[in-house]
Amino acid sequence: MRWRRKRRLVRCLAKSRQLSAIQNNTARIRPGDVLLFSTLRNEKIRLPHFLRYYRDLGVDHFLIVDNDSSDGTHEFLSGQKDVSLWHTDRSYRRAAFGVDWLNHLLRKYAHGHWALVVDPDEFFIYPFCDTRPIRALTDWLDNTSVRSFGAMLIDIYPKGPLDQAIYSEGQDPLEIARWFDSGNYTIRKNPTYGNLWIQGGPRARTFFPDNPAKAPALNKIPLVKWNRRYAYVSSTHSLLPRGLNQVYDQWGGEKTSGALLHAKFLHTFAEKAEEELSRGQHYAGSAEYRAYAEQSAASTDLWCQWSEKYINWRQLEILGLMSKGNWA
Amino acid sequence: MSGLGIVMLAHTALDRAEQVARHWTAAGCPVVIHLDRKVPRRVFNAFRKSLANDPRIRFCKRHTCNWGTWGIVKASQSASEMLLSEFPEVRHAYLTSGSCLPLRPVQELIDYLAQRPRTDFIESATTSDVPWTIGGLDQERFTLRFPFPWKKQRLLFDGYVALQRRLGLVRKIPAGLVPHMGSQWWCLTRQTLTAILQDPDRRMHDRYFRHVWIPDESYYQTLARLYSRRIESRSLTLSKFDFQGKPHVFYDDHLQLLRRSDCFLARKIWPRADRLYQSFLTDGSGAMKRTEPNPGKIDRIFAKAVERRTRGRDGLYMQSRFPRHGNENGLTSNEYSVFQGFAELFEDFQPWLAKVTQSQVHGHLFAPERAEFANGQTMMSGCLTDSAKLRDHDPTGFLTSVIWNTRGERQCFQFGPHDNQAISWLMARDTNAQISVISGAWAVPLFHSNRDFAELRREAARLQKIESEHLDILRSVWTKARVRIWTMAEFVDSPMEPIQTIVNEIGHTPTRHLAEAPRMVDLDGFGRFLQNLKNQGMHPYLMGDFPVEFEPASRRRPARKPYIVQ
Repeated sequence: MRWRRKRRLVRCLAKSRQLSAIQNNTARIRPGDVLLFSTLRNEKIRLPHFLRYYRDLGVDHFLIVDNDSSDGTHEFLSGQKDVSLWHTDRSYRRAAFGVDWLNHLLRKYAHGHWALVVDPDEFFIYPFCDTRPIRALTDWLDNTSVRSFGAMLIDIYPKGPLDQAIYSEGQDPLEIARWFDSGNYTIRKNPTYGNLWIQGGPRARTFFPDNPAKAPALNKIPLVKWNRRYAYVSSTHSLLPRGLNQVYDQWGGEKTSGALLHAKFLHTFAEKAEEELSRGQHYAGSAEYRAYAEQSAASTDLWCQWSEKYINWRQLEILGLMSKGNWA
Repeated sequence: MSGLGIVMLAHTALDRAEQVARHWTAAGCPVVIHLDRKVPRRVFNAFRKSLANDPRIRFCKRHTCNWGTWGIVKASQSASEMLLSEFPEVRHAYLTSGSCLPLRPVQELIDYLAQRPRTDFIESATTSDVPWTIGGLDQERFTLRFPFPWKKQRLLFDGYVALQRRLGLVRKIPAGLVPHMGSQWWCLTRQTLTAILQDPDRRMHDRYFRHVWIPDESYYQTLARLYSRRIESRSLTLSKFDFQGKPHVFYDDHLQLLRRSDCFLARKIWPRADRLYQSFLTDGSGAMKRTEPNPGKIDRIFAKAVERRTRGRDGLYMQSRFPRHGNENGLTSNEYSVFQGFAELFEDFQPWLAKVTQSQVHGHLFAPERAEFANGQTMMSGCLTDSAKLRDHDPTGFLTSVIWNTRGERQCFQFGPHDNQAISWLMARDTNAQISVISGAWAVPLFHSNRDFAELRREAARLQKIESEHLDILRSVWTKARVRIWTMAEFVDSPMEPIQTIVNEIGHTPTRHLAEAPRMVDLDGFGRFLQNLKNQGMHPYLMGDFPVEFEPASRRRPARKPYIVQ
């Protein structure tokens, strides 16, 4: 395992040459700041709300890798004091789906900081997130000697066909996609890295009913008190050293956990799915995107009468999707 | 001038410590601050300078404070000595930390103490009486030596403890001392505190407590018992600890709770909880409710949080709770009933059961083609679908999800040897499961089917093998479910008694007799069918003894209304 971790770190060093800094405001990072890391491609439409959401939570600095966007992402982000931006036009897939790039930035800038790694369509929810800033969470985790925090991906979707959920720049996606699946998730333990492997949700039931083993993984560990020796292994699903994957309790208790609301399913989804399929840059030969294309994803309605309407984190905690643990 | 003096131990969030210190002195209480020696000199000087304009704030000699070590006691000793000698008007000394926050106007606390001039408020209990200790060290924390800090040098700490246990080293507790423990935040009278600090035996006491583990929770608590005339064994500071011995932290959203607690001080406050500091340090409100502290509600909230962390919610499997085999506490969240062979033996069993028990009655949830949800639905609560492939991806997870998603409504489902058997062990081990089996009833649909006999024989052999393995599980010593097994012959002979028992146990029709019985299928010729199987060399034994010319009970006693005398 140690060698696997070292290999990761060597890889990320090699891939770091693919990144060129466009705007480097990292000198403004102060000790104790909470940092956010993200890789994106043509997501400008989501950025205004994304930045607002995380600034409101209390994220202090954004470190973003732009994988060759052509929609004006650069222009939008330039001049924002709390954003540092890197550009690359190299292969997302060959950089282990962006992991190498982020591992490099994490190693360089996040040592000793709490780092949140999310995509532009993921919204981090944690217990008391409506009344306590993210710093309250990280301080508490520090106090209780916890180094990593799990947040399961929960797909949220609109009611009606996806192509009719028109999202406009700056809007809160929850206004149009507020529904989620509350209790159809499957869990197993991954013996290699010790993390849990969670599948299910609307994607499993609509796109993978015949091949559930191929359904996308929903387990994520997006918030870590970073150390330069750490490395993400596959997306934010697991990392090394393995102890960091122990975000769950095995003796019957519940550890504190959060959720990532995944607002992927908007009208932009169909275009994205087509583009990603033709680029072939995603996991497992883009099997996920192939499944979407087969089902003419654009007109799919993920909603059903048992769908749950999102209200707040307390609802997720009552439903058993996340837990307060001993944080009160 | 007031009779209350404050000892404050600070190490971080100095801006908050300063704010609170000024709050104390504004009400006339002198404050002596001890700043952890680990804080750099530069920071210390700046801090001292910022408070220099307040003559009632003093700084004492600094000591290094590691959690659970002697330094903290040393710090409180130095600060107390300074407080008592430099402010002769002090009658009560209150030990606080930099992250303590006064919740009530200071004057109320001063008055409260002035009315109880001889009382020492210090939580103090003998080790055998309290269960709070962390790490299994209760009596041993007084009889072993602990020179290594637990947080920084865990290996040395554990190793040295193990070594002392191995060698049987036991320290002698100084004569006259009875170890007591309690919250480290006390409020002592000048008499008691000076008696402790000026005790001729103090050197001996200090030498002893220096190597006790977590002496800040036992030094004053033990010694106060020697000198105090009146101990009120509770802390005036509201301070709650979680299961790892870490203090719970208060945030802005606790404002109302803290208000209603009526406690004098709370610890520990998140340094960035602006609203709390603002509300409690602006003395304006001064509601002046002269009530005794009542932290009951906060106690409950924190106790629940600890329980959630240590025990969790029964039957929940999720991203941060995935118990190992045997550590589940409860395998499922609710009671449910499993019926095996009933739907085969009775024509209208499902609608009948739903009517009688007022519960959700599914068909064969684990059937090979699809999950047969109640009322022919294709989906159910939690967006579970009837897809067999999705279900068989994780059958036990499917069952626990069904039960979890429908908390509050009892679920019943049919099961049999056709179905996915992967859930057998889960159900058998589950105290929430009520499993009723009519063994061999799977033969009835075969008997009614119009298939080649050779095929029937093969199928019968297969099902019998599966069911017999399932019954072995249900009869194993690990089975915790309420299991009832009848052979089909037994059951057919007097069907109503067992049914009444099962339905009563489900509990929606207490003690009432069933007015209506489910209708049994036609079993004419079933005995002959079994005999034919036997003649083909396949011995169906699970259904019990059916005579070749079998006649069902209902036929023999046609006039009798089925009811049961209990």
